[in-house]
Amino acid sequence: MDYGTLRGFFALLILALFVVIVIWSFSKKRKASFDEIAHSILDDEQKQDSKGHLKTDSKQETNNNV
Amino acid sequence: MTQSNTSAVDYNFNVVRQFTVMTVIWGIVGTLVGVLIAAQLIWPALNFDTPWLTYSRLRPLHTNAVIFAFGTSALFATSYYVVQRTCQTRLFGGKLASFTFWGWQAVILAAAISLPLGYTTSKEYAELEWPIDLLITVVWVSYAIVFFGTLIKRKTSHIYVANWFFGGFIITVAVLHLGNSMAIPVSAMKSYSIYSGAIDAMMQWWYGHNAVGFLLTAGFLGMMYYFVPKQAERPVYSYRLSIVHFWALVSLYIWAGPHHLHYTALPDWAQSVGMVMSVVLFLPSWGGMINGIMTLSGAWHKLRHDPILRFLIVSLSFYGMSTFEGPMMAIKSVNALSHYTDWTVGHVHSGALGWVAMVSIGALYHLIPVLFNQGRMYSIRLINIHFWIHTTGIVLYIVAMWISGVMQGLMWRAVNTDGTLTYSFVESLTASYPFYFIRFLGGVLVVAGFLLMAYNMFKTIGAKDGSLKAVEEA
Repeated sequence: MDYGTLRGFFALLILALFVVIVIWSFSKKRKASFDEIAHSILDDEQKQDSKGHLKTDSKQETNNNV
Repeated sequence: MTQSNTSAVDYNFNVVRQFTVMTVIWGIVGTLVGVLIAAQLIWPALNFDTPWLTYSRLRPLHTNAVIFAFGTSALFATSYYVVQRTCQTRLFGGKLASFTFWGWQAVILAAAISLPLGYTTSKEYAELEWPIDLLITVVWVSYAIVFFGTLIKRKTSHIYVANWFFGGFIITVAVLHLGNSMAIPVSAMKSYSIYSGAIDAMMQWWYGHNAVGFLLTAGFLGMMYYFVPKQAERPVYSYRLSIVHFWALVSLYIWAGPHHLHYTALPDWAQSVGMVMSVVLFLPSWGGMINGIMTLSGAWHKLRHDPILRFLIVSLSFYGMSTFEGPMMAIKSVNALSHYTDWTVGHVHSGALGWVAMVSIGALYHLIPVLFNQGRMYSIRLINIHFWIHTTGIVLYIVAMWISGVMQGLMWRAVNTDGTLTYSFVESLTASYPFYFIRFLGGVLVVAGFLLMAYNMFKTIGAKDGSLKAVEEA
């Protein structure tokens, strides 16, 4: 196999890998854990409202992870 | 803004504070040198006939100061902060983190001395001579150890997406620096690149464009993925899109370099590959921009009250604008008009002042009160004024350069019926003078904004702990 053909196969391999990444990240199964990760950066603080009461961030879903 | 409760983990915020303060200082220095050389283009006498004040020596000082002193300090500060907060653990490496700060400041100081003295490898954005390159390597490897060490000892199960971008940026910049800086030293401050001819040019722009792609894009996207959701108090629009964004961006950017070498001795196929890859790059860039901006969906009203959020969101608009302009300019027929003109300069500054500087400024305004135990910055009004000064400055700058650039491109390619050139080069230069002045004004506004920021920062740092209370949302 010459160098050019080898590079061609390599390009196809990378493309296939990318398609796998897209399918993996958009599969329904992962939505819950991704929502949790997206929230994690907001959950590590506690806010105080005007009366000094601690309130936790309202849990909202990542907007449009459909 | 929220009062942070960070007492649970003993974070190393000292190094973050150091880098944060120096980011603002280098921001002033870098843009001030930029204003000086912009003024020299209008009033050449401003080099005072001193060799180390000439445009040729100060221009690399300007680019190094804004990219490696301002931009990279901002990346150090935010990546050290984000990796600790998202991994819920103290920075790995103890004194090594402190070494990266002092080591990096030493690199900057060495650049600020050696460049005006005329020591240069003549490789754009890699001008520093070999002893400084070695120091950069040592500091960068330490940076990687601190960053990835922290990721390894994380207390969370996942690695938040911002860290992926920071990690990609750290690894790729190491590879680029080592690849392009390969040189044979012949004396203490002189070396020759091991590459020659077209290969040297290709290596240089493989490095140069990926410095844009990974340092000025991937790193700052890491910043965006943490600070935009944080300031908006909403999770990122789509976490799954951010994963696709990351892999698409890192796998495509690396190919775009040849678009800097259209119509040169570089093989034609390489130029075409660079062009096609640059155009495809539009997709992940806009995917990321939309992901950032749409994080605000349903909470657009926050933009009315929060100038910090405004900095962050407008930075994404500039990111979208320059990542549309970039692929367009990479098309060979467009490049034939735009290359070597002020259009390129305008494009770079819409990316650097619009995207890189604005996202950093927004992130720092979020970060400074947290680092110095305050509920907010000393003056929100001054942040708002900074926003408008900075934005006006950029708009003046890039519009002037667009007009000037297209005009230059058209004048240089105009030919008479007998095939001779219609205009001499000097005629195009004379025609550019008014635009150089508008650009100078834009630059002055940007520096003024940075000065306001420094004042606001030192007032915040100087205030008694906890004395500045967070503003309640209307």
